[in-house]
Amino acid sequence: MLSKKAKLSDEIFKDSIEFKGTKEGWGEGLVLAGEADRDVVVLVADTGGSIRSSFFEEKFPDRYIQVGVAEQALATIASGMANYGKIPFIGTYAMFSPGRNWEQIRTTIALNNVPVKIGGAHSGVSVGPDGATHQALEDIALMRVIPNMRVVVPCDATEIRKAVVEVAKDKKPSYIRFAREDTHVFTTNKTPFEIGKAEIFWESKDPHIAIIGCGPLVYEALLAARQLNSDGIGSVVVNNHTIKPMDENTILEVAKRCGAIVTVEEHQISGGMGSAVAEVLTKSYPVPMEFIGMQNKFGESGQPDELLEKYGMKAKDIVEAVKEVLKRKSS
Amino acid sequence: MDIEKLRLKANEIRQDIVKMLLESGSGHSAGPLGMADVFTALYFEILKHDPKKPNWEERDRLILSNGHICPGLYSTLAHAGYFSHSELTTLRKLDSRLQGHPERGRLPGIETTSGPLGSGVAQASGYAYAARMDQRKFRIYCVTSDGEHQEGNHWEAVNFAGKNNLSNLTVFVDRNGIQIDGYTEDVMPLEPLRAKYEAFNWSVLEIDGHNIEEIVDAVGYSKAIHDNPVAIICHTIPGKGVEFMENLPKWHGKTPDLGETIEALHDLRTLGGSIVGEHE
Repeated sequence: MLSKKAKLSDEIFKDSIEFKGTKEGWGEGLVLAGEADRDVVVLVADTGGSIRSSFFEEKFPDRYIQVGVAEQALATIASGMANYGKIPFIGTYAMFSPGRNWEQIRTTIALNNVPVKIGGAHSGVSVGPDGATHQALEDIALMRVIPNMRVVVPCDATEIRKAVVEVAKDKKPSYIRFAREDTHVFTTNKTPFEIGKAEIFWESKDPHIAIIGCGPLVYEALLAARQLNSDGIGSVVVNNHTIKPMDENTILEVAKRCGAIVTVEEHQISGGMGSAVAEVLTKSYPVPMEFIGMQNKFGESGQPDELLEKYGMKAKDIVEAVKEVLKRKSS
Repeated sequence: MDIEKLRLKANEIRQDIVKMLLESGSGHSAGPLGMADVFTALYFEILKHDPKKPNWEERDRLILSNGHICPGLYSTLAHAGYFSHSELTTLRKLDSRLQGHPERGRLPGIETTSGPLGSGVAQASGYAYAARMDQRKFRIYCVTSDGEHQEGNHWEAVNFAGKNNLSNLTVFVDRNGIQIDGYTEDVMPLEPLRAKYEAFNWSVLEIDGHNIEEIVDAVGYSKAIHDNPVAIICHTIPGKGVEFMENLPKWHGKTPDLGETIEALHDLRTLGGSIVGEHE
């Protein structure tokens, strides 16, 4: 059943469930962060309107800085502003930041250890018709491998708003990954959110599998849990929003409790959240695992849901993976 | 301003650069020697700063973009009193504060991490933009190499600074004409460099990068330019002061061995043979 503690939306499995862009939550979060701290500034690289950083411009036009189509400048100008003492939030499509400006992020933000907060929009295949060139499937790997960099992948528009507000509160270089399209809003204002603390969203009495997801696909994980439940398979669903620093305690706890794991992310299998989970478990408590995500392919043009379907990242794919991994589980 | 004193100081700084590089066994010779006069002018005449208070809020900021010439900056900072002179021999060694390419937070006087070329003007522009938001009075200086003008990031920043009229920003270009693979104009031509900056709404000054008076005057002049950021193109000789190094690309990333160091120090101490010291 859905975890009561998670206080998820009443509409969660209804047709009336709300759809909202995670970018809207990003923009709303920026405004809240800007209200809380006068040193928060926002930098954009021509996609300010597109990713809703522009909400901040409406409230604080003097603290909104346009650099044009120049993602290397986006990172390095922000670095200089952070070095001075501002808290810059930069954002554009993830394929270009961190895709294009990865080295600048590593050197002038992470190694420099200055408080720049990086938003990667348009992640995953669900970017849709723009096609493979714009579908960032590698950014979790790119960012989690950098020391000093915190990596958060919120599951919906409500959660990203909280994530933005939270990362603004300290001086840590941070990366927040989000999407292009409107996605299910299934958390509420009351859903607990703490950076570095994974939340359990579904918990059966006798779970045989832990489904660990991040980002909007956590909703597919919940659909899968519901399906598995009616198939007589109990599960735990974890919203593993903080890839780095990961909540190792919760990961280990569910591994011990369930004995098998399926990870779910809209990202290449190599080096993503699933890999990070595997790193934790292999050391201390290896269990059979299956990885739902992009299987070493590029995406392509199509409608978001068609693409998730084609590339195997829907609830039915999760259910299949669960049944596969359960075969390998020792009794 | 006592020009003679500053020239002698620049010479001492050059001698220490050569000694540091012999000790470290790796690093860059041509750039640090070429920019020693600019560094001297900055830290002994131009900058508003206090070596005893490296975090003084109102200090002028000096951002080194071509981080590989840090032996020049380290030597100058030591002479200026930011840290003890004896620490210069730790360059590039394990646990040293003097990293091979400078890192923010490691050593007093180092404002930012650099080495990967092309990001300094962007960082300096961001700094200048933020400082102007808060109406701060200090100035932001950035030292760049000519070679790094081949990086796209650099021109993104130049465009940004020009658009935003960042007149609290002054950039020095070490126009020494060399880079790793040869002469800049053979590898990937930079000329017409002045025109390129002007096209982005910068004001440009061109000086002899070894003439301390010209360096100081250029900065004074740049402070009177209120509409644009300023680029001061410093025509320098790579390896200046050491005859066998001067103007040769191969000395960009090479350090002198013992025999070469002795010859280099002799050159420097006798100003190229033009004076005879007591020790001769």
